[in-house]
Amino acid sequence: MNPAATEPLIRLSGITKTYGQGDVAYQALRGIDLDVEAGDFVAIMGPSGSGKSTAMNILGCLDIPSSGEYLFRGIHVERLDRNQRALLRRYSLGFVFQGYNLLARTSALENVELPLLYRGETEAARHDAARAAMARVGLTGWETHTPAELSGGQQQRVAIARAIVTKPDVLLADEPTGNLDSKRGHEIMELLVELNRDQGITILMVTHEADMAEYARRIVHFADGLVSSDEIRNGVKA
Amino acid sequence: MTSVLLSAFLLALREIRRNLMRSFLTVLGIVIGVAAVVTMVTLGNGATQAVSDQISSLGSNLLTVRPGQRLGPGRDSAGAPAFKKADVDALRSQVSGLDEVVPVAGASVTVVAGNNNWSTSVSGTTNSYLKAGNWKIASGRKFLDDEERAGKAVCILGATVRRELFGTRNPLGDEIRVKSFACQVVGLLAAKGQGAMGMDQDDTVLMPLATVQRRLIGNQDVSSLMVSLRDGADTQAAMQQIRSLLRERRKLAENEADNFNVMDTKQIAETLSGTIRTMTGLLGAVAAVSLLVGGIGIMNIMLVSVTERTREIGIRLAIGALEHEVLLQFLIEAVVLSACGGLIGIILALFACIGLSALLNMPFIFNASINLLAFLFSAIIGVLFGYMPARRAAQLDPIQALRYE
Repeated sequence: MNPAATEPLIRLSGITKTYGQGDVAYQALRGIDLDVEAGDFVAIMGPSGSGKSTAMNILGCLDIPSSGEYLFRGIHVERLDRNQRALLRRYSLGFVFQGYNLLARTSALENVELPLLYRGETEAARHDAARAAMARVGLTGWETHTPAELSGGQQQRVAIARAIVTKPDVLLADEPTGNLDSKRGHEIMELLVELNRDQGITILMVTHEADMAEYARRIVHFADGLVSSDEIRNGVKA
Repeated sequence: MTSVLLSAFLLALREIRRNLMRSFLTVLGIVIGVAAVVTMVTLGNGATQAVSDQISSLGSNLLTVRPGQRLGPGRDSAGAPAFKKADVDALRSQVSGLDEVVPVAGASVTVVAGNNNWSTSVSGTTNSYLKAGNWKIASGRKFLDDEERAGKAVCILGATVRRELFGTRNPLGDEIRVKSFACQVVGLLAAKGQGAMGMDQDDTVLMPLATVQRRLIGNQDVSSLMVSLRDGADTQAAMQQIRSLLRERRKLAENEADNFNVMDTKQIAETLSGTIRTMTGLLGAVAAVSLLVGGIGIMNIMLVSVTERTREIGIRLAIGALEHEVLLQFLIEAVVLSACGGLIGIILALFACIGLSALLNMPFIFNASINLLAFLFSAIIGVLFGYMPARRAAQLDPIQALRYE
């Protein structure tokens, strides 16, 4: 049997992250072990300061651990340089942020196309893929609107469309519902569940709202830079 | 590599179009700076050129001798006796190296033709005035010998006088009234334009010396002498000889100051063109300040947009853009904006210069080096302040860039 096949998509082992040096050093992560299988939907919860966002940044290859191993598809991410990590993000990861982080004064469609631009896809291919992604998040007809002309929920949908337009292996969502009211938040969560179920996208989501975490198949709790509980849920909501 | 450049170029153009206001303000600073410097310096060069043109229009090696001391505060020219015809003959025969010695008896009068009248200055002189002063007859003729000798009422009109009195009509053979006598127009001078001091050289009427002396001023005075030197003659030596001869003829004692002065017109014009060069330098300095201010404007716009752009860079990096891709885009953006601004500035300046040169009656001289200099300066500022903040942002972790406030 191929050993790679038994390996999870993501494996964190003994990950630590220390900010600052000497007396002011602050250890945000104190040895995280976490495996994520392809196709999983994981919610990471925990109080502020528990290290969940730091873990998310490391998982998203935006930051590197101070020590420990991070294997993504068997690749040692902690050994990659800036550009190699950027390429990993470009081809395998999609991001959704709490603050949407769309380009201002830029149409929704152009925002969604942005990742494809860096993949060097042709204009026609970009348009088609971006339109398809917009349709997938239910924003057909809003392509030419700029972020300022869209509601918070719509902006987050544009951000999700941007994240999935490249058909990534993993979608990382950092408090995706944090800026939304409860109704819009649930709509976004339902969208994520659909993407996970229908397209098989692995989803890692940080949230501090328990009712949003309910949508996930697995809930990992962080406390003081360590994993405090790891609960696999059977009955997935909705 | 070409496709990377091309896509970065397209990306940059797209950014410029999307941020039209910011792009416009950035470009505006460069446009104003470049246009100001180029216009100032080009106009200054034109003025200098205009003066040197006038120097050559003065004729070569022309000296002007006037009674009285050189003009200036506390100098008194009243009471200095005028020259006489005999002085002209004496200079002609006793000073070496002279080509022509031209007597001029001047008077300010109002001349009338039909319903038009015009105040101008009449110069009573000889035909050699034309040669010494580098004048050309546009139509008609010079004075005849017997007209000069007998002081007949004939005149040659400058272009301005002709225009004021006769409009576009050909006045040859017509008469103009000067004080109490009628004077026949026998010739017209070719236009010379503005003189080195800004006066209109064409606002003049020439008559035979005897005519002016007898009919206008009523005495035998010669109010000034124009002395032209032969090619290669020593101007300083000639001036010295003229001075000592005139001192002798005017019976000045050793300790008395000259009661006349000898001016080298060319020297005056050269002094003047030196002054204009200084003024050009000054204007250029003022313009350089505006270029600097334009540069600071560019700087401000660029720096103000850093917060927003840092977040943008964070987004781009997060979704997988490489550092050099982001930098290339920002660099191209800055270069395109600066270059556009510079080019628009140069084009504006050229239009302004062509228009103003025509208006101020100066030649238009294209000065490539100042265009290049202004362009490079603003381009460097634009690129530097467009690129440097972007570079700093691109070196941040994407997380930090995204959180940048």
